[in-house]
Amino acid sequence: MSGAATQPALPPDPHPAAVIGLVADTVLERRAGRRWWIAFLLAGLVTLGFLGCVTWLLVAGIGIYGNNTTVVWGFPIANYVWWIGIGNAGTLISALLLLTRQPWRAAINRFAEAMTLFAASIAGLFPILHLGRPYRAYWLAPYPNSMELWPQWRSALVWDFAAIATYLIFSFLFWYLGLIPDLATLRDRARSRGARLAYGVLAFGWRGSARHWQRHDAVYRAMAALAVPLVVSVHSVVGLDFAASLMPGWQESIFPPYFVVGALFSGFAMVVTLAVILRWGLGLQALITDRHFDAMGKIILAAAWVMGLSYLTEWFMAWYGGDSAERGVLRFEFGGPYAPLYAAMLACNLLAPQLLWWRRLRTNLPVILGVAVLVNIGMWLERILTIWNTLSHGYLPSMRRVFQPTLWDWLTLATSFGVFACLFLCFVRLLPAVAMHDVNKQRHEQGGAA
Amino acid sequence: MSAAPLLLAEFRDPATLLDAARRARDAGWQGLDAHVPFAVEGLPEALGLRPTRLRRVMLAGGLAGGLITYGLQWYSAALAYPLDSGGRPLHSWPAFLVPTFEAVVLGAVLAGILGFLVATGLPRLHHPAFAAHGFERASQDRFFLAVADPAVDAARLAAALDGLGPLSIREVG
Repeated sequence: MSGAATQPALPPDPHPAAVIGLVADTVLERRAGRRWWIAFLLAGLVTLGFLGCVTWLLVAGIGIYGNNTTVVWGFPIANYVWWIGIGNAGTLISALLLLTRQPWRAAINRFAEAMTLFAASIAGLFPILHLGRPYRAYWLAPYPNSMELWPQWRSALVWDFAAIATYLIFSFLFWYLGLIPDLATLRDRARSRGARLAYGVLAFGWRGSARHWQRHDAVYRAMAALAVPLVVSVHSVVGLDFAASLMPGWQESIFPPYFVVGALFSGFAMVVTLAVILRWGLGLQALITDRHFDAMGKIILAAAWVMGLSYLTEWFMAWYGGDSAERGVLRFEFGGPYAPLYAAMLACNLLAPQLLWWRRLRTNLPVILGVAVLVNIGMWLERILTIWNTLSHGYLPSMRRVFQPTLWDWLTLATSFGVFACLFLCFVRLLPAVAMHDVNKQRHEQGGAA
Repeated sequence: MSAAPLLLAEFRDPATLLDAARRARDAGWQGLDAHVPFAVEGLPEALGLRPTRLRRVMLAGGLAGGLITYGLQWYSAALAYPLDSGGRPLHSWPAFLVPTFEAVVLGAVLAGILGFLVATGLPRLHHPAFAAHGFERASQDRFFLAVADPAVDAARLAAALDGLGPLSIREVG
């Protein structure tokens, strides 16, 4: 702990202009460079691939995926749960760290929120693509219609729609509200008329008035307090999509909290991944320090243990409950055709994070990046196996079938990363990736206290 | 809009600005404000700003969103489209609480954001303060005290701020 305390969470230079120069000039002055253009070109091409996959799905229908009459939820739902898990972490991290007054929050919250926004947007597409009749997705919304039909409020899927829609709107507003003062800074530093105009309009004419700040602070903090229960509700509702069913292996009261921790776990791993890339790509070594990786590494380690406890609880309850279908699913997990994947998932989610016990490894970027990527792979495996194991091994033996992923399953999953990368690359070139006003506030308060 | 010209005194650090704001408040001047690059602790109190009521607005918005959504579910499931699903009561309130909770959050947040825009008068892309020389640093590393009081001119402001060493005192608008 003492080792971590000596590492500054904030850069040592006391002048506010130092941070502003570092963050704003990346957007305004520095040219994008070859690395960015190559990345953007690749991400753009992959995004076109994603559009192609979606178009083919809309033309040909859900038959292009490996879903069958037994495993009715295949890749799309696993991708959805995984992406929304990534999407849960940004706002939760940002809000929780604000409420607990963690000074290291200021350097990472902006891009973590952007990550949330992009990941949740991608996540929201998958259940719609999976509908079979995607053009009727709006039937989930309650609206007066000539069929005189209403949504079925007792269905977890309708709850899901409400939760995701609320969460997307919330995340956008929370992110944008925090962004307004920084947009004003960009407006005031920009030299070209076009940039001044664009950032000026986006900043709504913010002039840093004491009244503006007072109201900004009141709303922002109240939103942070609301964000915590909201995020917990979003992934709990995702867990209820499974737990509210009657299927063996799903019908467990542990599912909602277990899904929330899983979301936090994979989300923190994704924040670590992006932090490493961003720090390297934008030269933010002074703002994103060892201290941040140390703190995030500890959280990933703790979350890995909670995940382990959740798995143990699942196994124990399946055995202790005595239900033959539940025990059958448990045997199928360890001995069925998906067993190697299950073992890989346990290795990624439980064993790999154990490296983070050592501070030397938590602050070693290749190591923590490797662990973060493994955790994200492990969490995707967990999502798909939750679906495959239960649906492939239901109550009726004659209906038991294994899922065979098709080329389109893999392509849709793989190209969705391109969409994420494309959005993120635009974000780091057009908007300040670090909350400048917040970093300077924290530094002023720390300097004043010392 | 206001008849009084806008006076801006520029400072290098927030602590001096707080001192200056307290002096201006104690002198009983009207139209006090400050322009600062980040939220300065204690600034609203130093300027004598009233506490904001935005959180009450958010509470009201949240309650309204929740009540409307619960009412919609009750009306549609119990009255307009009663559907017996496995013998459950038509008014199955525990299930209705999930969308109600989401609507509480959504209502509170929308009310908070709209209230923020109304209370700050934003979006407003022009303001006399923007005309001041060097005002672009108010969003970076300078701290401005603003006074718009017909009884106060630049000389009086300079006299009141004696000893605090403002970098500049300007009159705009």
